[in-house]
Amino acid sequence: MTIKTMAEYAAGGESPEVLFWVGCAGSFDQRAQKITKAFATILEKAGIRFAILGKEESCTGDPARRAGNEFIFQMMAQNNIQVLNGYGVKKIVTACPHCFNIMRNEYPELGGHYEVIHHTTFLQQLIDEGKIRLLEGGSFKGKKITYHDSCYLGRANNIYEAPRKVLEALDAELVEMKRCRSNGLCCGAGGAQMFKEEEKGTTRVNFERGREAVDTGASVIAANCPFCMTMLTDGVKEAGKEESVQVLDIAEIIARQLGD
Amino acid sequence: MHIVQQLLFVIAFAAAVYLFARKAGEIRRNILLGRDFTPYGTPAERWRNVLLLAFGQQKMFRKPLVAVLHFFVYAGFIIINLEILEIILDGVLGTHRLFTPLLGVLYPVLIGCFEVLAVLVILGCAIFLIRRNILKLKRFMGRDLDGWPRSDANYILITEIVLMLLFLTMNTADQVLQTRGADHYMATGNFWISGLLTPLVDGFSTGGLVALERTCWWLHILGVLAFLNYLPYSKHLHIVLAFPNTYYTDVRPWGKMENMPAVQKEVQLMLQPELAASEPPSDTVPKFGAKDIPDLTWKNLLDAYSCTECGRCTAACPANITGKKLSPRKIMMDTRDRAEEIGNNIKKNGSFQDDGKALLRDYISEEELRACTSCNACVQECPVAINPLHIILQLRRHLVMEESSAPAEWNMMFSNIENNMAPWKFSPDDRDKWALEN
Repeated sequence: MTIKTMAEYAAGGESPEVLFWVGCAGSFDQRAQKITKAFATILEKAGIRFAILGKEESCTGDPARRAGNEFIFQMMAQNNIQVLNGYGVKKIVTACPHCFNIMRNEYPELGGHYEVIHHTTFLQQLIDEGKIRLLEGGSFKGKKITYHDSCYLGRANNIYEAPRKVLEALDAELVEMKRCRSNGLCCGAGGAQMFKEEEKGTTRVNFERGREAVDTGASVIAANCPFCMTMLTDGVKEAGKEESVQVLDIAEIIARQLGD
Repeated sequence: MHIVQQLLFVIAFAAAVYLFARKAGEIRRNILLGRDFTPYGTPAERWRNVLLLAFGQQKMFRKPLVAVLHFFVYAGFIIINLEILEIILDGVLGTHRLFTPLLGVLYPVLIGCFEVLAVLVILGCAIFLIRRNILKLKRFMGRDLDGWPRSDANYILITEIVLMLLFLTMNTADQVLQTRGADHYMATGNFWISGLLTPLVDGFSTGGLVALERTCWWLHILGVLAFLNYLPYSKHLHIVLAFPNTYYTDVRPWGKMENMPAVQKEVQLMLQPELAASEPPSDTVPKFGAKDIPDLTWKNLLDAYSCTECGRCTAACPANITGKKLSPRKIMMDTRDRAEEIGNNIKKNGSFQDDGKALLRDYISEEELRACTSCNACVQECPVAINPLHIILQLRRHLVMEESSAPAEWNMMFSNIENNMAPWKFSPDDRDKWALEN
């Protein structure tokens, strides 16, 4: 798979349909890189002309802003907006709900106006438009899948249905956790918690959520966020179920089911 | 004799209204201690929130059973106000059941409806008391409520039950007096509930019944006036402030954080120094984030006064669920307590005299603020559209930008972002390395 950058498109005097904003986790975290590759594979199979920013991409500033450091956020955001506007980017898809939220809701007032789509919504569109076809049966047939609502897609942006619709396209049984949709329990990573030790408590948030996910009896926990991915994977491990329960991003699930 | 009663009534009524207005003015002043901001959203979008959340109690129905009981109490209280209007007019004019001739056969129907509501209010409040004091629901047992707040809740419920019992007793006595053709007690027709209760007081002498009816009438209306003046000191103020609070709530996605234009401008000048030349010099040093009440917006303070301490936020908070100190309800209660403290300071000294205290640390600790995952569960849960997260994030901004107070790991993350464009220590050159691997 060769993935073109915006710079390469621009050099050829062309522009892609959509920019795939990879995000820091998707770029550097080994586990999240698999999600990135899975989503890029789907885009390629669906025949979408997409580009990445490559080395020109920077952190959106989300963890800095939520931790309270507005200066770092503004530096990142204004730099990113300059780069994006420089390429005339109109449409962005990202596999990270934190990047999605900040570019959708916080970049416009800084001069960055784009149509920003989370990859689960994008996948739903691809399925609906018939641009990707899923295998009949396949590795998820008859399996129980439970879906974890990330806070930044769910409550923060009111997107609950698109990821579920994607999962419903599989031949699997979708089961809900006790706390789901707008009642969904956080994984514990948001608000820059990902980058620090948790405060003193009786347990960790991801242990609580991991336990709840495992209790559904599902063999797959579907996530839509690289940080939830890390947190839930540890939560499942804590519950002693890492052998029998997989945590997968929705893009990875779909990539495994791609027909020709 | 009548004129004395009328006079006493007018004095009591005027005093109650005056005292309430004075305290309401103080609360208004306290709320306006907050910094100004322009609420986001069109009037249509905001009225929609008032209708759905305040009038329709949409979010209460996330817990349907409690919602129905709460709706009884709410509807009861709003609708029975019509009856209060008659009582007040009777009190001022020295009449008895002034609306009877005006409404004719509708009158007993109307009173019947009020009585049904009164019974439902009693039922609702009794169940609420049981939930708080016998079943001891977890969210009512939190440490935030120790002391006054827990008593406050019980006082409100007990008062409502007593007021409704007085109302029903008054009507029952009235019904019997009507059948006996007592002076001033004109026939109104049968009241639905009190009509059934008449055997309870049938044995009373007519004089005894008049005394009972008058006593209940007076206790009821004096109770209502006293309750009115209790509101501003109580969590029960939500019955008033829920309406403006839902109106002024931000209608944008909750994921959006408030921008800081001062920082935006500064960074802009840093990145594009050519703009700086045309920039007028500014001699005011901007304040970053919030440390105390005046740094918060007036909506944050309206939020605090609208909070009825139900604890749905705290029950949904992932940090609180896992035993951390953070409780969004406590954030709101602390904010109100500190606003009251500053208000009392102003009242006593004419203007605010530094008391060496602040919302940050004297009320809300760093540990609480650090535990927040910004998941918006508290915002989602609040039936009256309070946003504790906005306060938390502003206090965090103060900690980091004014005091450079952050956990070491966060400082590391900041410098990684600044130097490597990612929160981890990776080389920016490796950002697209994944694309070369298969």
